Amino acid sequence: MTFPTLIADASASAPFPRFTADDTAAMLGTFRVLAPDGAPIAPDATLENGTGVADEDALSMLRSMIRQRAIDERMLGLQRQGRIGFYGAATGQEAATIAPAQALELRDWIHPALREGGMALHRGYPLWTYLSQCLGNKDDTSTKGRQMPCHYGSRQHNFVTLSSVMATQMPQAVGTAYAMALAHDAPDRPLCFGAIGDGATSEGDFHVAMTSAGVMRPKGLGLPLILYCQNNQWAISTPVEKQTAAPTLAVKALGYGLVGVRVDGNDALAVLRVVRAAAASVRAGGVPVFIEAVTYRVGAHSTSDDPSRYRDEAVTLQWQQRDPIVRLSTYLQQRGVLEDGEAQRMAVQYDEEVRGVLAQVEGLPPPPLASLFEDVYAELPPHLARQLAEVRALQP
Amino acid sequence: MPKMNIIQAVNDALMLAMRADPRVVVLGEDVGKFGGVFRATLGLQEAFGADRVIDTPLAESGIIGTAIGMAIYGTRPVAEIQFSDFIYPAFDQIVNELAKYRYRSGGEYPCPMVIRTPVGGGIRGGHYHSQSPEALFCHQAGLIVVQPSNPYDAKGLLLSAIASEDPVLVLEPKRIYRGPDHGTNWSAHPKGEVPAGEYRVPFGKAAIARELSGQGTPVTLITYGAMVHTCGKAAGLASAQGIDTELIDLRSLLPYDLEAICESAKKTGRVVVAHEAPRTCGYGAEIVAAVTEACFDWLEAPVLRVTGWDTPFPYALESAYLPDPARVFQALDRVARYK
Repeated sequence: MTFPTLIADASASAPFPRFTADDTAAMLGTFRVLAPDGAPIAPDATLENGTGVADEDALSMLRSMIRQRAIDERMLGLQRQGRIGFYGAATGQEAATIAPAQALELRDWIHPALREGGMALHRGYPLWTYLSQCLGNKDDTSTKGRQMPCHYGSRQHNFVTLSSVMATQMPQAVGTAYAMALAHDAPDRPLCFGAIGDGATSEGDFHVAMTSAGVMRPKGLGLPLILYCQNNQWAISTPVEKQTAAPTLAVKALGYGLVGVRVDGNDALAVLRVVRAAAASVRAGGVPVFIEAVTYRVGAHSTSDDPSRYRDEAVTLQWQQRDPIVRLSTYLQQRGVLEDGEAQRMAVQYDEEVRGVLAQVEGLPPPPLASLFEDVYAELPPHLARQLAEVRALQP
Repeated sequence: MPKMNIIQAVNDALMLAMRADPRVVVLGEDVGKFGGVFRATLGLQEAFGADRVIDTPLAESGIIGTAIGMAIYGTRPVAEIQFSDFIYPAFDQIVNELAKYRYRSGGEYPCPMVIRTPVGGGIRGGHYHSQSPEALFCHQAGLIVVQPSNPYDAKGLLLSAIASEDPVLVLEPKRIYRGPDHGTNWSAHPKGEVPAGEYRVPFGKAAIARELSGQGTPVTLITYGAMVHTCGKAAGLASAQGIDTELIDLRSLLPYDLEAICESAKKTGRVVVAHEAPRTCGYGAEIVAAVTEACFDWLEAPVLRVTGWDTPFPYALESAYLPDPARVFQALDRVARYK
């Protein structure tokens, strides 16, 4: 079973959300701007381009989405050849990943989940570092070679280093938003964006975070907080129907007094508009927003997974027909701002970029031995100093 | 010099730190209006407002997770977990997140924050208000773990914790909050004298709670927290039997003061380690192993442990569970007589 409304009503849209905690239509419906064929569903003459999105914003997203796919394809290949140990691709989820990054400002903090690496790239996180992280080499400034692939992080880009643990980042996002609210005043304040997948909404920390997000009101205002769920409908082999009996994930917001919004995660324009409006609302002190971006994991969970063992790949094929990159590039072609074949040329260009950087970073050595003991504490305590001496003595 | 009990010393440290640094916030269950179930945060919300002294929802992983998110942004949270027996919902946040943040982020996201939580038995709390979980946390690289045994150290260690660049877990022995023993209070105890202003007790440094007198067979007795006072009484009993005890109060459990331990062990050759927590894989096992590794040639007797039993913490039979002066004395006597 899948979410049938998404298949059946793909050319319809819920009204634009009101961003109030009682807007159940926004929690139960799905907001869209573009139909899967790239045509605007209900062009609004009062909005820029009828869609509410400037062409340069749409093009900026498209470039990052195509780049993300090129990186993912290359990295999946690398894993199959045994050159990296693991990789979690965002294939088919590029709109849901990139559009929030376009909507946010660099001063906003991101607490990511597994598939948000593209948000960091869109913010300017270097591909060199991204690939070095996956390889665990000396130029992995994200983790100094201490975490497996896809655990990116960068203080410069306000992208908090991922852990592999499910939903722990949700209460942390609440805390970061709280700290922001103490340090800055509405309406011009940074916000915190906490990302999660559909599977992790079953974790206790998700519930804990949703509770705190509603209750904590420093300075008498709502927290500057967006909690964002990429519902790709699969947690490894477990479908979202086994994570919840609720009709949508977004409707959970109602039980915590939050604003809930459901959006088509394969529609970059819709995600951009929803996250932008949510950001404006929470910056000003409105109720925190929980967004469910409905998408589909058209690939495997990770490189150690084989989805044909547990799901009907005919459904996957249907979702491949709703490809977010095709949808956005078709729209831009129809608008006349993207030439025929340009998206394909971009894909080739980005693949060349990835291969070029990869050729340079793949031969880099691992981090130095002493880094094994660095950063456990601010300063090396005596027992770690003794152990460092022990491991040094063991080296040939 | 002002006389304080441990609760007052903790409260005084929090007041000072919040006044000195606007980044310091306090959060936990009932810490605001009510001032905490043990009254450690009394008056803080009145003085600093509800945004900095936060009554949180009843969810320990939320308290710690929220504090982590604050700390990485630059706020300095001091979280209270009402009883350490209820810390386990936050174990994931402490072990997998807090302890590893600096390391896993290549040093980009340090997470300086404090967790205060009452530990230990002796208050007729049954096994959900009495446990001593220090070994679980001392096994986690990235945490600093301390446990004061008196008001002076309680304030000095907490001020060090709030100033620290690393996450610190402060285990507060609740049995001795108001006095070193039943029926006595801190005003008559030298460590009940607490300087009014800011001072710090360093991490990783033990204190000598009782020095050798030079009379009798020397023995080293190593402990921490409320057991310092139980062990002090045992040392008094032993003294009458010709046993001269050097009592080491570790204060810091991670990192711990190996130098002080070895100095004493090499001097006496006879060592006993005591704590309330269960024996198997307890904190004492680490100390015994460290003494054996570093001081074997100096030892005159096996290193003994006096601990709680390997059972859940009991209610009615609490006094049979907790090591008392007589039980500690027996161990001192055994190592002193060992030939």
